[in-house]
Amino acid sequence: MQFLALIYGTEGQDDVDMQTLIEQYTVFEAEANSAGILGGGNALEPISTATSVRVRQGQAEITDGPFAETKEQLGGYYLFECKDLDEALMWAAKIPSARYGTVEVRPIMIFED
Amino acid sequence: MKNAITRIFRAESGQLLSSLMYLCRDLDLAEDALQDACEQASMQWSKQTLPDNPGAWLHTVAKRKLIDKLRQSQTQANLRSLHSLGTLSEINTESVPQEFSEQDFDVPDERLRLIFTCCHPALNQQAQVALTLRTLCGLSVKEIARAYLTSEIAMSQRITRAKKKIKDAGISYSVPRKEQLPARLSSVLKVIYLIYNESYSAFESQTLTRNDLAEEAIRLSQLMLSLLPNAEVLGLAALLLLHHARSPARQSSDAGYIPLEMQDRKLWNSAALNQGRALLDKALRLNQPGPYQIQAAISALHAQAIDWQSTDWKQIHLLYKSLYKINPSPVVELNCAVSLAYSGYLVESYKFLYSLEQELQNYQPYYAARAELEIQLMDLQAAIGSLNTAIKLSRNNSERDFLVKKRNHLLSQCPD
Repeated sequence: MQFLALIYGTEGQDDVDMQTLIEQYTVFEAEANSAGILGGGNALEPISTATSVRVRQGQAEITDGPFAETKEQLGGYYLFECKDLDEALMWAAKIPSARYGTVEVRPIMIFED
Repeated sequence: MKNAITRIFRAESGQLLSSLMYLCRDLDLAEDALQDACEQASMQWSKQTLPDNPGAWLHTVAKRKLIDKLRQSQTQANLRSLHSLGTLSEINTESVPQEFSEQDFDVPDERLRLIFTCCHPALNQQAQVALTLRTLCGLSVKEIARAYLTSEIAMSQRITRAKKKIKDAGISYSVPRKEQLPARLSSVLKVIYLIYNESYSAFESQTLTRNDLAEEAIRLSQLMLSLLPNAEVLGLAALLLLHHARSPARQSSDAGYIPLEMQDRKLWNSAALNQGRALLDKALRLNQPGPYQIQAAISALHAQAIDWQSTDWKQIHLLYKSLYKINPSPVVELNCAVSLAYSGYLVESYKFLYSLEQELQNYQPYYAARAELEIQLMDLQAAIGSLNTAIKLSRNNSERDFLVKKRNHLLSQCPD
């Protein structure tokens, strides 16, 4: 099963400096890669770069800012390839930001034909 | 007859459902099949006498219904189940065998899988409780709705949503891996504990008596004990037995609530107390302390005291302090403060209690305990105020009556 791990946190509120955090993420990715469960992932530019688009009556409305103003913002994601939710949660708990932010885990929807 | 049938359903439900899950891995289908089998049993058994082994009868019929359902729904997963079913065993769908022993369909690991799935922390706690009562205890949605003072529709939606999440979110039907076991087990034990607790808090207007919930919780704890006897499982089973042993003394003949300090201890169920103590001893020997063992130890200290005054309050206070280290909640702090008072430190206890007000302002036992302390400190006006708040916060009639009586007694002692 594929799971998306959405990493939320308050920007600029990491519990270690950026350099240390990057090193921790590197270690995490190496471990996840060698376990063969990492299907991809990226960090996102800060929320100040977000632009939202919605099309209404055929017109694209473009607004500055995220879809929703929240205390914690989406800062990155991983795609996991895991046996079940338990395994995905175990890997999600190893994401460095999980210890001060929140990781939301969602299964990728499968369309059966 | 109807009652006998209900009893059988409840007693066998967990086993039956988990053995059906073993065949199809689909909780909805398994439940539907069992439901159909139960309906057939209700019709057939009310006309005839009960079969020799009703559990086996239900199992065979449910299995047959399940196969029908698998054949009807042509999804890939179900066809796979159907295929493996054929190789698993020869199933005679035409006749019901007369002789069938328990071992034929009891798969302990399957029940463990079922309970771990129902109590998965990815489900909200209410859903965990409802699913457990539905699948392992065999209570009907209507009964669960009544016990939790909600409508049948709302409860049914809650259960449906939970089952959908199990299916869609990738919650596997399995016993957790070793490294996840402690956390997952504590989620199972919490559900059992909550079911037991509910039997004490919400007992207005319901046909499912609170005793039923308490007994279901004890049954679940015994089930866990037989499947996974580790220290905290022993601790929880001991706690429930030790606590439930007091229930005959908790209610007076006119249905009034009697607090621990005024209970007639001769009414306590000594068999249950002994059983609880034995389990606790066994747990403590494993040397893996945990919150349920600590609470059971506190209960055991109450059980061994001949009355309220001679209770070993100092020991109880120490136990609450160690419980607080593991489980730092204001309710544990409240118990810490109360046991401090009975150890002889009234003023210190009152200061401690006073500092907890903000966190416990919606908690009835806080104000009841505070009133008791204010009485001891001879501040009757303050005690009346605390009792008034406790009365407002009380969730059940007999407890409320008790508090009102106590307040009125104080009012009669105050000159103005």
